[in-house]
Amino acid sequence: MKSKGNGFRIYAILYLGFLYAPIVLLPIFAFNNSTVISFPLVGFTTQWFQALVTDTSLLLAVRHSLIVAVSVSILATTFGVFAARATTRYKFPGKGGLMGMIMLPLVLPDIIIAVALLGAITNILGMKLSLITVIFGHTLIATPFTIAILNSAFQSLDRSLEEAAYDLGETKISTFRLIILPLVMPGIISAMLIAFTISLDEYIIAAFLSGTEATLPVYIFSQFRFPQRVPVIMALGTILVCLSIVLLTVAEYFRRRGIAKAGGKSSGGFL
Amino acid sequence: MTSSPAAAAPTPKAKRPLIELRDIEKYYGDYYALRKITTDIREGEFFSLLGPSGCGKTTLLRCIAGFEELSGGNLLIDGKDMEGVSANHRPTNMVFQSYAIFPHLTVEENVGFGLRREKATKEDKARRVAEALEMVGLKGYGKRAAHALSGGQRQRVALARALILKPKVLLLDEPLSALDKKMREQMQSELRKLQRQVGITFILVTHDQEEALIMSDRIAVMFDGVIAQLDSPERLYRRPVSRKVAEFIGIMNFLPATVTGTEGGQIQLEVAGLGAIAIDAEQCPGAVKTGEASVGFRPETMTVLFEGDPEPTRGKIAGGEVEEVVYFGDMSYYDVKLDGVEKPVQISMRNVVGRPVLGRGARIRIAWEAGALVLFC
Repeated sequence: MKSKGNGFRIYAILYLGFLYAPIVLLPIFAFNNSTVISFPLVGFTTQWFQALVTDTSLLLAVRHSLIVAVSVSILATTFGVFAARATTRYKFPGKGGLMGMIMLPLVLPDIIIAVALLGAITNILGMKLSLITVIFGHTLIATPFTIAILNSAFQSLDRSLEEAAYDLGETKISTFRLIILPLVMPGIISAMLIAFTISLDEYIIAAFLSGTEATLPVYIFSQFRFPQRVPVIMALGTILVCLSIVLLTVAEYFRRRGIAKAGGKSSGGFL
Repeated sequence: MTSSPAAAAPTPKAKRPLIELRDIEKYYGDYYALRKITTDIREGEFFSLLGPSGCGKTTLLRCIAGFEELSGGNLLIDGKDMEGVSANHRPTNMVFQSYAIFPHLTVEENVGFGLRREKATKEDKARRVAEALEMVGLKGYGKRAAHALSGGQRQRVALARALILKPKVLLLDEPLSALDKKMREQMQSELRKLQRQVGITFILVTHDQEEALIMSDRIAVMFDGVIAQLDSPERLYRRPVSRKVAEFIGIMNFLPATVTGTEGGQIQLEVAGLGAIAIDAEQCPGAVKTGEASVGFRPETMTVLFEGDPEPTRGKIAGGEVEEVVYFGDMSYYDVKLDGVEKPVQISMRNVVGRPVLGRGARIRIAWEAGALVLFC
């Protein structure tokens, strides 16, 4: 038994190392006083971070990405709530097929979706490429994820809770607001977070649909043509990693608090 | 079996019907769940819907609550037709099987939930919540988180939450099934007391015949979407209209019998193991037919005669042999093979001081009376 346990421990350490070692390199080179990404390290500097805050085109890309990601997290989660509610509460003909269609973007290659959307938006709808078209595309690929998360949140709701509120004089809408919404709130926060993250780092669809308004991944990719820009990207990456950790921690804190408040036990989650 | 309930037993205080069910029908697709149910539920009574799972009792309750739409028939509450009246506008409130306590609210907020829509001052609402909590024995629990309560406490919160609105009818969907035996017995008597105290009509759905007998003024026994019998607990136990009802309520022994004739309010029978007897027509709650039939009796209506017991002044004596003994402390249950009958019958005896518990194989004499028998044709 003991040797078996040790084997798993070694495996786990190797796995985590493989996963996180490249990310650990980000802050190391972000503070390294050289434009070349290689060891040995030359010296400590914060100039890349200073370059970051003065780079207006980069700040603009960050701005674009945030606009898109926030919009997508709201839209995809709203659609997710409707879809999850429909699948967990109502029976209608063709439900299985319809759900399959909604979940399909989960497995469709992004490049296919990107090409199809580009054709549809520019040639058929005649719209100009902008952040709005990126929001469309990202909502399309993020919605299956939000539905999957929200489905489990809605399914774990006791149907009698709704009936009880309705029975006590509330309307269907106020029942939703007073009972269902607070109880699925942890799921909603999780769904928004996932949609936000998916949108924030999505490259292919954004590259096809963003036109002149580049999002952050599109901008970063374009900057790799210039070797002297690489340390700045490393600095940016460092900030993004820190932000992600903070974001996840906060979201997980609220999720656990929500579950504790409702008397449940934490089951899974992100952290 | 027809859909019309058997004649209701006369109760001392017959009140006006509060709920009138007229040919209530419910289909789920092709499944015929409620088959033209017609009956009245009286004001202020404790009414139970009793039956095995799938008999339609919960469906009927949910139809009254307004959670299910009727496929046919009319439902009147307090003289008003409930068609098109949704659950949130009906004068009914429900206690759910799962209690459906809102887990994100406190006990107080749960109990006061139904008052949200009422125009009353904060103080007035708080007073009513406190009163409701005191009524169910949860005084001082108001600030607690609802999810931290025990099963019995949740049950009480659910009761207080439903009763605070002073509904005309309180609907209870198997409210005690999730509690352990001791708690269940305590809640049974508390519910009964509470019902008398508030005077509201209670409709209880249960599959537990003992629970229904203990708590109800009247019980409707349901099988396959129809009411097989609607009667007081005592009538239901003493005079079940069919073997099916008799088997569902308590224990009943059956002996094969032949109806040989009827005359002058009496029915002549030939009963296996008991011989030729005559019973009152009243002892056959169903229809009388001559020919093959069966006779039923409850385990406690026959008496095992012990050494030295005086000969009974009334009734008759039958012989038999003890096949099995089950000792329950206060009671002993004997499986007895009556002379001339293949299947053993069950006889219960109270274990009083000085009365021995018989062993297997003992030859016994049994005293019985014709008045204890029920005839099923």
